[in-house]
Amino acid sequence: MIIKNLTVRFGAFTAVDDVTLEIPQGAIVGLVGESGSGKSTLAKAVTGLVPYRGEITGADPRRIQMVFQNPYASLDPRMTVGASVGEGLRLPRAERQAEVERLLSLVSLPATLAGRYPRELSGGMRQRVAIARALGARPELLVADEITSALDVSVQGAVLNLVRSLREELGLSMLFISHNLAVVRYVADVVAVMHQGKLVETGPTEEVVGAPRHDYTRSLLEAVPRL
Amino acid sequence: MRHLLRTPAGLAGTVLVTAMVVLAVIGPPIWGAEAEHIDPAVILQGVSDAHPLGTDNLGRDILARVLVAGRLSLVLALLTTLIGAVAGVVLGALPSVLPRRGARLVTGTVNALVAFPSLLLAMFTAVISGLGARGAVLGIGVALAPGFARLTQTLAASVAGADYVAAARMLGVPRLRIMTRHVLPNIAEPLILNLTQALGSALLALAGMSFLGLGVQPPSFDWGRLLFDGFGRIYDTPAVALGPAVAVALAGIGFNLLGDALARAAARGNATVRAVPGAGAVPHEESEPDPEAVLEVRDLTVTFPGGVTPVRGLSLTIAPGEIVGLVGESGSGKSLTASAVGGLVPYPGEVTASRMRLCGNDLDDLTEQRRRKLLGTSLAMVFQDPMASLNPALRIGGQLAEVATVHQGATRAQAWERAVDRLDHVRIPEPARRARQHPHELSGGMRQRVVIAMGLMGTPRLIIADEPTTALDVTVQRQILRLLRQVTAETGAATLFISHDIAVVGELCHRVVVMYAGRVVEELPVERLATGAAHPYTRALVASLPDMETDRSQPLASIPGRQPAPAEVGPGCAFADRCELASERCAELPPLVPYGKAHRVACWEAS
Amino acid sequence: MAGIPRPRGRRPATAGGSRGRARGAFVLRHLVRFVISLAVLLVASFAMIHLIPGDPVRASLGQAAPVELVEARRAALGLDQPILTQLASYVGHVVSGDFGTSFLSGEPVGEVIASRLPNTLALALLATVVALLVAVPLGMWAGVRTENGRNRGTEAAFTSATGTAVAIPEFLYAIAMVALFAIGLGWFPPAGKGGPESYVLPVLALAIAPAAMIARISRVETLRELGSDYVRLARAKRLPSARVHLRHVLPNTLTATLTVGGLLLTGLIAGSVLVEYVFAWPGLGLRIVESITQKDYPVAQGVILVYGAIVLVVNLLVDVLLGLLDPTSALKET
Repeated sequence: MIIKNLTVRFGAFTAVDDVTLEIPQGAIVGLVGESGSGKSTLAKAVTGLVPYRGEITGADPRRIQMVFQNPYASLDPRMTVGASVGEGLRLPRAERQAEVERLLSLVSLPATLAGRYPRELSGGMRQRVAIARALGARPELLVADEITSALDVSVQGAVLNLVRSLREELGLSMLFISHNLAVVRYVADVVAVMHQGKLVETGPTEEVVGAPRHDYTRSLLEAVPRL
Repeated sequence: MRHLLRTPAGLAGTVLVTAMVVLAVIGPPIWGAEAEHIDPAVILQGVSDAHPLGTDNLGRDILARVLVAGRLSLVLALLTTLIGAVAGVVLGALPSVLPRRGARLVTGTVNALVAFPSLLLAMFTAVISGLGARGAVLGIGVALAPGFARLTQTLAASVAGADYVAAARMLGVPRLRIMTRHVLPNIAEPLILNLTQALGSALLALAGMSFLGLGVQPPSFDWGRLLFDGFGRIYDTPAVALGPAVAVALAGIGFNLLGDALARAAARGNATVRAVPGAGAVPHEESEPDPEAVLEVRDLTVTFPGGVTPVRGLSLTIAPGEIVGLVGESGSGKSLTASAVGGLVPYPGEVTASRMRLCGNDLDDLTEQRRRKLLGTSLAMVFQDPMASLNPALRIGGQLAEVATVHQGATRAQAWERAVDRLDHVRIPEPARRARQHPHELSGGMRQRVVIAMGLMGTPRLIIADEPTTALDVTVQRQILRLLRQVTAETGAATLFISHDIAVVGELCHRVVVMYAGRVVEELPVERLATGAAHPYTRALVASLPDMETDRSQPLASIPGRQPAPAEVGPGCAFADRCELASERCAELPPLVPYGKAHRVACWEAS
Repeated sequence: MAGIPRPRGRRPATAGGSRGRARGAFVLRHLVRFVISLAVLLVASFAMIHLIPGDPVRASLGQAAPVELVEARRAALGLDQPILTQLASYVGHVVSGDFGTSFLSGEPVGEVIASRLPNTLALALLATVVALLVAVPLGMWAGVRTENGRNRGTEAAFTSATGTAVAIPEFLYAIAMVALFAIGLGWFPPAGKGGPESYVLPVLALAIAPAAMIARISRVETLRELGSDYVRLARAKRLPSARVHLRHVLPNTLTATLTVGGLLLTGLIAGSVLVEYVFAWPGLGLRIVESITQKDYPVAQGVILVYGAIVLVVNLLVDVLLGLLDPTSALKET
């Protein structure tokens, strides 16, 4: 999938400024940047939630799905897990239940969870449910917007492992957005750095992290806390 | 429902409204004949045994008329509310359907009309349609609509903006289904709540119109009309106005109390805390106070009613110039520990400690006044959200200066000068100009500097920083960490740095204290954190955190299960359920014992 | 501390002259909205007479009135002209202060309004001041006392007392006060406008319910602010609690409280109609009730127009003043 010259304006403010980015089939592209860099707006544009100028080619817009940052707001509190995961499925009733179970098992959740409400689940479990719901649409691209930043460290590892196994097992392409460079480095094949609406550097992960070319990338790398 | 009946107000509201409804149903069949019975022999009488509230100008019994009038009063109020609710919900939903221009017009009109009092609109319609119930019902109904419209609009907008609606849209769920499945169910509850209160105000407004003689006309009568008749005779026989007045008041109170109680019950939701008897603090052997330490805490325990104990027997010592990191996941008790040390645990939490010393003073031995002064000048606190830590209504300089005027007896001019100096000290550009600004005019990192400067107004001996960089960007985080390190070095203060981010703690601190479920499980020098941790929880935390050197071909470590809530912590090792090494011994609480130099661990299996 | 680089100062967009310009635009926007609403109100009050089914003159004079009288009055009111001409002449007259003449007394409606409006405004303004002076400290006291669920008894007493007081309409307070303090005890005059003592009962009757409302809001706002981090920080600084409450909490609760207080003032204007009726107070309210019952349309039309205009003016003042006073509001579009 290719994003070409994508620009998003809110009134006089340019949130995303002429961004061109390729997401190769079966690859995870990590998008890093600080608050206000435009990375979340880019995600919303790619998923069609905000209007944009520019072109997105190589993916069926209906098969681009997104997982949100806050697992406490992304599930309807009045719907069971099964109903949420099954909502987008266009299947007869009998097959639907089996499909919901399959989707839950893909994210390592027991099928018994289908009858529960979101409030009975922990943050990490909710985030898995949100991923299962997105997988139901058989996405060509999954956009993950800061999906681990609301989670505790001990849970974060499991969600990151899930992200990587989904790419390996399903060949899923993914745009993985995070402010945390270490997390992006761990999951992404390609890293794109955004600053003030512009893409300042893009390249294979090891190259960007090992030999950054842009000053801003360098200052981001220096700021990463180390044990 | 049970919530509703538990509070006296909810109970009173429910009883009153139920009584009104029952009266509306049984009133006319029982007392209808008596209310219409004209008796020329007893016209305009006061209170008597036969007529407890007197009689009217045709000799009809007023008590019977009050009991009968309930039905009309309630039915008209219901009708009015229905008009208002239907018109309002339609009007409120319109903007989401109409094109932009039309939507703005509707919103603007609703906003303009929302302030118009219902009585005014009712009089407007009364002029047009003449005196009578119809004009009053229409006018008040129309007047209720903008309120419902505004509520529908805000509720629908907040639900439509929710992530779960965005997710449904991306899945291709049709618009209508999103409306019926997601939006309506989530806004129905507050709308229904509002209906109860609207019913009450409609009833009162209708009574007002009838009382002015502009509403219900004879031969019909509602409570307001009876009041109109009774008020004319208030000089001779005040009692005749009493019946309808009490009826109107009770109805108003009933609907209002019920609406209030419903709203509160809905807000409370299903948040219930299960209480499990907590294990007491582990008795610590008496030891001599450490004369060098800035802060020395022994067996700190924070308890909330119902046996909830989020902090259990924590001990902590910090030397001058030392930065100690307190790490743990959310719910581990680390922030409450910070509050307890700062004396800021909110009611009804209770703090106990066998020793709590700051700068060589036992805090329990000090008089209230001396303790205030000691803590006010030698304790500096920094919180997570720099947007919330400064008072939005006051100038920055004033917020700094008040420390000096209150505790150090400085004049306002001296205090202001010192505030500007302190702002300059934390490298805030143009400190004199910034001091005159309000917090919203500064960026997040700048505000956090201001909070640190505030701590430097006195002579800080202890700095407590509770997740001070969590809300900041990494590049700003780096600057604030550097500032904290400089400030600690320069003032020789002891710093307690609380964070969920073990990497940040590893970078900044000299010593690390790891908390799990209210207890310290390990305490170690920062050099040993990456490779020398002994507790399985600390080791798992370090392993689950990717850093710039993590092997990308290996899966990250993760800990199955979750940390028990403060009310669920049992008597043994709280981590045992999630621990690979757990054995039978773990049913007993492991003590925090020395494990090499300056290293202590609470685990039976750590070897 | 030479090692710390000075961060680049973020110059706020609202600094200096641009802030002044933002204020100007903000006030202008509200003024434009006010003028539009006023125009709509004028058309509505004009339309009111024309929406009366049948012939308003007939309705007012009765079916038995002689044809010549009806025709003469129709001509005097301009009802025989085309509708747009009528609207233009109505607007022209209102702008020049001519609201027509009463059907019943023949007085110019403008004079009626001029003589009665001050009495109504005096009641409403006094009641607002009394309500605010009592309610803001009361709500704040209750908030401080019941922080974090302390003193459950106080909380229950406060919420049920204010919940009850809010639910009783002003005309019931008025009737009860007349019965008790005027007729029963004879402390105050039961009706009419005279010396200062004649103001006591009407002002109180008008002020109780709004005071209860404001007290509740003031408490909720106080509780919210008490839970915020800046209060935690002020307490960490060990400021005396009086200072924390009065200097830190109070200014932050006032905006919300006064917004509601301002809106209650418009409610008070309507409530004053009922209270004036009970106390036979010589204000606009008493007059409009008479005019509606007796079908004196010019008076009803004029007075409703004035009431509507008062509501608009109060809203304008509340929006603009609070917008300008609140340092945190970015004078944003609402």
